[in-house]
Amino acid sequence: MLDANVADAPLLVVEDLKVHFPVMAGTLFQKQVASVKAVDGVSFTLKRGETLGLVGESGCGKSTTGLAILRMLDITGGRVVFDGQDITRHDRAAMRPIRKRMQMVYQDPFGSLNPRMKVVDLIAEPMIVHDILPNSAARSDRARELLALVGLRPDMADRYIHEFSGGQRQRIGVARALAMSPELLICDEPVSALDVSIQAQIVNLFQDLQQSLGLTYVFVAHDLAVVRHISDRIAVMYLGRIVEIADRETLYKRPQHPYTQALLAAVPIPDPEIEANRPQVAVTGEVPSALRPPPGCRFHTRCPRATDVCRVDEPALRDLGGGQMVSCHHA
Amino acid sequence: MAKLLEVRNLTTRFRTERGAVMAVDDVSFEVDAGETLAIVGESGSGKSVTALSLMRLIPNPPGEIVAGSILFEGQDLLKLSDAEMQAVRGDRIAMIFQEPMTSLNPSLTVGLQVGEPVQLHRGASWKAAFAKAGELLSRVRIPDAKARVDAYPHQFSGGMRQRAMIAMALACQPKLIIADEPTTALDVTVQSQILSLLKELTRETGAALILITHDLGVVARYADRVSVMYAGRVVETGTAREIYKKPQHPYTRGLMACVPRLDGALGDRLVPIEGAPPDLTRLPPGCAFAPRCSVAEPGCLTARPVLEDVGGGHRKACFVAVDSGVPVHA
Repeated sequence: MLDANVADAPLLVVEDLKVHFPVMAGTLFQKQVASVKAVDGVSFTLKRGETLGLVGESGCGKSTTGLAILRMLDITGGRVVFDGQDITRHDRAAMRPIRKRMQMVYQDPFGSLNPRMKVVDLIAEPMIVHDILPNSAARSDRARELLALVGLRPDMADRYIHEFSGGQRQRIGVARALAMSPELLICDEPVSALDVSIQAQIVNLFQDLQQSLGLTYVFVAHDLAVVRHISDRIAVMYLGRIVEIADRETLYKRPQHPYTQALLAAVPIPDPEIEANRPQVAVTGEVPSALRPPPGCRFHTRCPRATDVCRVDEPALRDLGGGQMVSCHHA
Repeated sequence: MAKLLEVRNLTTRFRTERGAVMAVDDVSFEVDAGETLAIVGESGSGKSVTALSLMRLIPNPPGEIVAGSILFEGQDLLKLSDAEMQAVRGDRIAMIFQEPMTSLNPSLTVGLQVGEPVQLHRGASWKAAFAKAGELLSRVRIPDAKARVDAYPHQFSGGMRQRAMIAMALACQPKLIIADEPTTALDVTVQSQILSLLKELTRETGAALILITHDLGVVARYADRVSVMYAGRVVETGTAREIYKKPQHPYTRGLMACVPRLDGALGDRLVPIEGAPPDLTRLPPGCAFAPRCSVAEPGCLTARPVLEDVGGGHRKACFVAVDSGVPVHA
């Protein structure tokens, strides 16, 4: 998948993306005293039909990156280019036609779907908002079609969301996202709330839909095994920045950034014999506050290989060849 | 030698609006001193209710332990009075919960809460309990522990709060620690720190550990023995090595096959278990897993299998004979 036609224009280009949130203080006259740099200089490109996994621990900015691409948040700096169009400063009206083409799948479908609406109406709602199908019978037919597409029975359309299990709810969330026939889906932890036996069903669904509809995914998740399974390329984030990005084989076989290595070592493999012989690489401490990220390399406070230069100079993302980029002074 | 803990036919019922539910249904297992038993299952399998039943913390109503015995150091915990049970909790048996933010009192200092068991069970003065709390916090490697005893839980990060919970659990040198999904709310690097710490401390103190989890990787890394639960029952139990090498129950095999692994082959499709876990108010008369089972026979729909030995203490509750080593779902 890596050697696809170079002439193919990327569907999504993210360049030096920054999303900073102001921190206000004061009782009567609030003023900004600091900012949380949730995303602070993230760059990647995504080809049509490709899946990019965004991984990292809480607070690394992976979800914020997803929301910023959809322009559900204001972008502080950098650019987001979707299918050749710079959408960084698009206002609501300008975003409207783009929104149909990029949709979001949330972690908790129960929290993101209105419990008082029938499934058919939930799926038809975005079609009304975007004036896709003018008549309600056609919308309802389309909703049933989408239900079948995500592996549910069309006759379930008249039920309410509470009547469904977790896995079925996520299927409905996907059907709703697909209602606009989007090209890009941003999936934010779409399987992490599900039981393991159900997770596999939904992961397979995402892969089937990608095959049949040619979808492009940004797959945000913290489960490294799931991300490895579903992604073509993976970006590892730490405190608002990408520390390493590579195709999945390279990233998991030859991780170069100490944080990637620590993350992978921390994930246990379900086999006691392998685990007994696996070196335990312990990374100490926890992720520092994004309000005051450490100077220099943001990972240096926890890094076993940190030296003086890491405490002062922030390393840039360097190309190691073969599409592997790493931001580490020692890689 | 007698086991540290012997649970026999434990049955815990909950009354719900839609009828009675056996959240834990005829569950038996034992734990030796110093060993780690993992209880694995998905939501609704009864693993957490099993833990709460052991501690006799089932809210009544709606819940009630209706049958069985819990022999701990030869004494049936179900026969103790409330006051006697209170003396066991936090002393000889300690529990660590999933969410340290909700199990720590936000308006009391960490030191007070960590030291409380010492004051309560050992009759120590509050001053001595505070000193002990500082010691315990440094044992779970909270940096600058002596100064941290005066901190409140909200001043701690998630990982530090869970460390404080472990310190509290260790306060009276319990014989048994029950940890219910202790790291589910934590990031992966912190998860491995906490579990390794827990494992190391139990090894040092000789305490046994019951680790309740849904994560098969965690089980493989930390458990000596495993009990797999489904719909309130133990469907398979054995040593961790046996269970992973030769899973016998179709559900266990299905679980192993459906989880993507860091070292798995790339490009393979996941093999899910079809369907969803059953509604406990409407359990089928036969094996609860039969409706999702790919090898179910007609008999599975009418009769319930019980745990039977398949050799070397490895037991499964399944009628269907399977060739070992070949996952039926793969």
